[in-house]
Amino acid sequence: MKPPPFTYHAPRDLGEALETLAGVGGKVLAGGQSLIPMLNMRLAAPEHLVDINRVAALATLEAAPEGVTVGALARHAQVARADAHPLLGQALRLVAHPVIRNRGTVVGSLVHADPAAELPAVLAVLGGSVRLARHGQGERDVPAEEFFVGPMESAVRPGELAVSAFFPVLPAGSGTAFREVARRHGDYALAGVCAAVTLDEDLHVASARVACIGVGPVPVVADVTTECDRRPASTVDWAAVTRAVQEATEPEGDIHASAAYRLHLVGVLAEQALKDAARAAAQEAAPSPATG
Amino acid sequence: MTTRLFGEPVERREDGRLLTGQGRYLDDLGAGALAAAFVRSPHAHARVRDVDVSAALDVEGLVAVYTWEDLPERVGRALPLLIPHPALTHGRTAHPLARDVVRHVGEPVVMVVATDRYLAEDACARIEVEYEVLKPVVGLEEAAHGAQLVHDDVPGNVGAHLVQEVPSGAGASAREAIEAAPHRLAFRLDIERSASTPLEGRGVYARWDGTDLRVYTSTQTSTSVRMAVAAALGLPLPHVEVIAPDVGGGFGVKIMHPWPEEILVPWAAMLLGREIKWTEDRREHFVSSAHERGQVQHVEVGFDDDGRVLGLDVTILHDHGAYTPYGIIVPLITSTQLLGPYKIGAYRVEFSSIYTNTVQVTPYRGAGRPQGVFCMERTMDKIARHLGKDRTEVRRANFIEADEFPYDQGMIFQDGRPLIYDSGDYPEMLRMVKELIGWDDFERRPGRGIGIGCYVEGTGVGPYEGGHVMVTSDGRVHVSTGLTSQGQGHETVFAQIAATELGVPIERVSVVTGDTRRFGYAVGTFASRAAVMSGNAIALACRKVREKALRIAADALEADPADMEITEGLVHVVGAPSASIPLSTVAVLANPLRYAFDDEAVKATQFAGAASPDRPPVAEGDEPGLEGRDYYSPIRSTFAAGMHAAIVETDPLTAEIRIVRYAVVHDCGRLINPMIVEGQIHGGVAQGVGGALYERMVYDEHGQLVNASFMDFLMPYATEVPRVETAHLETPSPLNPLGIKGAGEAGVIPVSAVVAAAVEDAEGIEIDRMPISPSDLFELRSRRSADSG
Amino acid sequence: MEHEITLVVNGTARRARVPARRLLSDCLRHDLGLTGTHVGCEHGVCGCCTVLLDGEPVRSCLTFAVTVDGQEITTVEGLAGPEGPSPVQRAFGECHALQCGFCTPGFLCTVTALLRENPAPTDEEVLEGISGNLCRCTGYQNIAKAVHRAAELLAEEGQ
Repeated sequence: MKPPPFTYHAPRDLGEALETLAGVGGKVLAGGQSLIPMLNMRLAAPEHLVDINRVAALATLEAAPEGVTVGALARHAQVARADAHPLLGQALRLVAHPVIRNRGTVVGSLVHADPAAELPAVLAVLGGSVRLARHGQGERDVPAEEFFVGPMESAVRPGELAVSAFFPVLPAGSGTAFREVARRHGDYALAGVCAAVTLDEDLHVASARVACIGVGPVPVVADVTTECDRRPASTVDWAAVTRAVQEATEPEGDIHASAAYRLHLVGVLAEQALKDAARAAAQEAAPSPATG
Repeated sequence: MTTRLFGEPVERREDGRLLTGQGRYLDDLGAGALAAAFVRSPHAHARVRDVDVSAALDVEGLVAVYTWEDLPERVGRALPLLIPHPALTHGRTAHPLARDVVRHVGEPVVMVVATDRYLAEDACARIEVEYEVLKPVVGLEEAAHGAQLVHDDVPGNVGAHLVQEVPSGAGASAREAIEAAPHRLAFRLDIERSASTPLEGRGVYARWDGTDLRVYTSTQTSTSVRMAVAAALGLPLPHVEVIAPDVGGGFGVKIMHPWPEEILVPWAAMLLGREIKWTEDRREHFVSSAHERGQVQHVEVGFDDDGRVLGLDVTILHDHGAYTPYGIIVPLITSTQLLGPYKIGAYRVEFSSIYTNTVQVTPYRGAGRPQGVFCMERTMDKIARHLGKDRTEVRRANFIEADEFPYDQGMIFQDGRPLIYDSGDYPEMLRMVKELIGWDDFERRPGRGIGIGCYVEGTGVGPYEGGHVMVTSDGRVHVSTGLTSQGQGHETVFAQIAATELGVPIERVSVVTGDTRRFGYAVGTFASRAAVMSGNAIALACRKVREKALRIAADALEADPADMEITEGLVHVVGAPSASIPLSTVAVLANPLRYAFDDEAVKATQFAGAASPDRPPVAEGDEPGLEGRDYYSPIRSTFAAGMHAAIVETDPLTAEIRIVRYAVVHDCGRLINPMIVEGQIHGGVAQGVGGALYERMVYDEHGQLVNASFMDFLMPYATEVPRVETAHLETPSPLNPLGIKGAGEAGVIPVSAVVAAAVEDAEGIEIDRMPISPSDLFELRSRRSADSG
Repeated sequence: MEHEITLVVNGTARRARVPARRLLSDCLRHDLGLTGTHVGCEHGVCGCCTVLLDGEPVRSCLTFAVTVDGQEITTVEGLAGPEGPSPVQRAFGECHALQCGFCTPGFLCTVTALLRENPAPTDEEVLEGISGNLCRCTGYQNIAKAVHRAAELLAEEGQ
């Protein structure tokens, strides 16, 4: 289990990185926590590897009122510590193990596009985007719904570099939650749901969205605002909501879980996540929770 | 004998090096050696048509490429069948490199030697093997139908078939006893494959100096590898040394030998005159070493109103994979140890050991016992359920009583000797485990259940082990034994035994295991035997040394040896510490000298005047030096026992299963080091939990192992393993001088049975197949809803 | 093509010539002779190869040596101080937190960093902290105990 040979490039700045990528194509190496296992197993054999670990300008994390921009070299642990976005924080706690999070990058995880990974779902539920750059051409922002193309397949074209990802901040009165079931702590989820709920001034559900993982080729987004029927969370018809989420998914069976179990699980988790998110939203709307 | 160190939780003497990165595991040796890698079959069943190595030849650093055709006859012949048995009528073993047909994914086809492993893998990637793909035989029951064959000359894929019968006291057969019984049950049980999975894989490093071959291998038996290597390479035994360095876990898989690599690496090292090392990687370990556990069992039982078993008939299909190098030890153990702590009226067990196009099956910690215990304990639970009785009551009704030892089960055990239990107290053990887990006060509710499992484990099987003890003139005690260590703390426990026997501080004792240069006769470390076998052998060797030391000291002090003892390394007259002589001096005096190499040695030289001029310096029948060697060879195994109980919670929505409490009562006779025994139990239980809830080897219909990685073969992390509460019962074994029994495998044996029982209790669904995942439980719940709806 | 790199390993600058694909684990073990770092899976799951990179635990089997050129690395060989084994190492011995010892260097590095960040972890934080490292021998119970013991030792010694 040793990686095959490749030509190594270690650009010092973004311009050089883009130029190299445009010139030779090749795989981008950031955290390497998904790429290097594939290389070690010789499941991937890129001719060129462009190591962006020296491009310090990509190790950025910018929090603005409208959202958080995560640079291509920002590692999970760094982003989690910055505590810049509640849902991102909730999701990062579920990503693999602490040691992997020290090295793995948020943008790398998005580009890897594993249908069971947490971060693509966060980007999807928030309606975020990924900024792609290519030497000699302008940058393009690809919205989440177009970014995840298929299992392990994103919209990044050969020669392009995903330079950052943008995670929008939700409007006031919003809450989020991430629920998943994995076989072992830190494993990829059998199924998972991240939820974003916004309440109106009367604490009725104004908007409710989920993104589900492990139950489709890409994160499955379901807007269940209609099913929530602008009611308070306590009187929402959760069975209808669960059904709507389940209908949006297309789970498959594998050695760890049957398709039926995943379908069941995503319903259970959707209800739990939405309730958690509604609770968090209610707390946000009324910061001193005098009532239960 | 003082008990100062024997029985104490002495901190481990191997830890100093292991905690500072100074351990020496196989791949830590041989810096600069050439690296070997293998082209392995990607097909489960195929005929090798052609091997084209030409594309590999221009890989930089390539040294050699070998196929089966390149091997001399002696090297290329089929690997030994280690444990022949009359019932193994169709035993088959692999060739070191595939000769014509490959029978599982991962079987080695081509060996590559290069200057480093990266380059060796590059060369492997370029070698083209042309295969004619044959239909694979996958799945135990499909294989048993025999429509497709793994080996053309093995009809029905049956490697072995054995029926064993023990009639009831009244002479009834199991069949008759079951038919006459007031109650009868019949059911089927399934256990899936798992594997030892030590964190260090296998590995071999060989060097040849033109005369002598030295082989380092990550093994559980260096002496037997030595004999196998010498035989395969045609070398005289004295010219072969085999050393097990620090070994990063074994759990059974490394008792299997000689592996193809253990023959091929030394052979190539001799041929090339270069040091060569092969370090197995994780993927190779999954597809090229060995697995265990897979069985299907059909059970029929007849019992009375109290739940006493009157007749038991078990038919086992055992999956032994593509080859049978380790014989039928695993199903033999299953069928004998199935009986556990119980008196069964009449017993009939039949097994068929079946070939499949999968990795071969050899013992994994527990070695067939987890399957046997699963069978018996599920049976006990079903009887209790049928009769509406408490599950512990039914067990109690079947126990062998404390005053019935030695108890003859009327069968032949895995060592070819009668299955006679030496000692135990099962009713007391049951009382203890019930108390520990709080059985009688348990509050049952949906989603919360309790389970219990009992087992008896034959430990310390023969034929023998030996020990050598030498006291050098600096007063240090050097102990060696031939069997090997993989983390059991032998350097500590054997030092405890030697220090206790010889009356020396443990700091002066050092222990070497698994090095044929130090001790050439041994069997190996498996079957929870090391402490029993080598522990007793070392104790006996120490007693010889002690006797000699007392004799020499008595001579020097003009005292009676019977009045003397050794304390803190000082040989002295009992009650008169001033009349003493250090053991170091005794060691000097034990070796009559001509040359004084240091001041102390002067005492033993020929003009020192101590020796009588009328006797030869070394008396007849005596030997120079203060050392002793002895062997321990028991008439039969000792029988350790244990009872585990667990409380589990199942999530009503997600079907996740959580073990909230896990209790173990364990009896391995006298404890040498309770800290180490506890550690063995913790680790065993963790492996058992892996086998019960997480680990399986999943083959698809093409015979591909689809989860051959740590991503998908789910060994538990700290977050998946419950805290283990333990209590000990000590019923010393009457069979050996130290009164000890083995402890290594105990923890793992009943875990699947216990967890199945607890989940069954929580869910009200019969659990007849293990392991069980949340998805499995969900499917069982769905089926129940469908059935009742 | 080979690359000339410098790694500051256990406080000492070490130079090596490595191909780009050389894994940090192999570089430490075979180029620099520091065989205390072990390799258990080479796909980042087992944690045996964990070392500290600029003080943070990382998988050396999922890192190319050339990527970390110029950075500081601490391996198990560098954990002990001038007075002998570190509190974490001592606690592991005291609590019988190792058997075969193969996974131990990875645990020691992980736990050293864990306690640096969180000197008094709860039971849950200990489990989370060591949850990325596999051990096949101990069942983890004594490892968890050792982490708490190490925290005590560190507190006593004011480190």
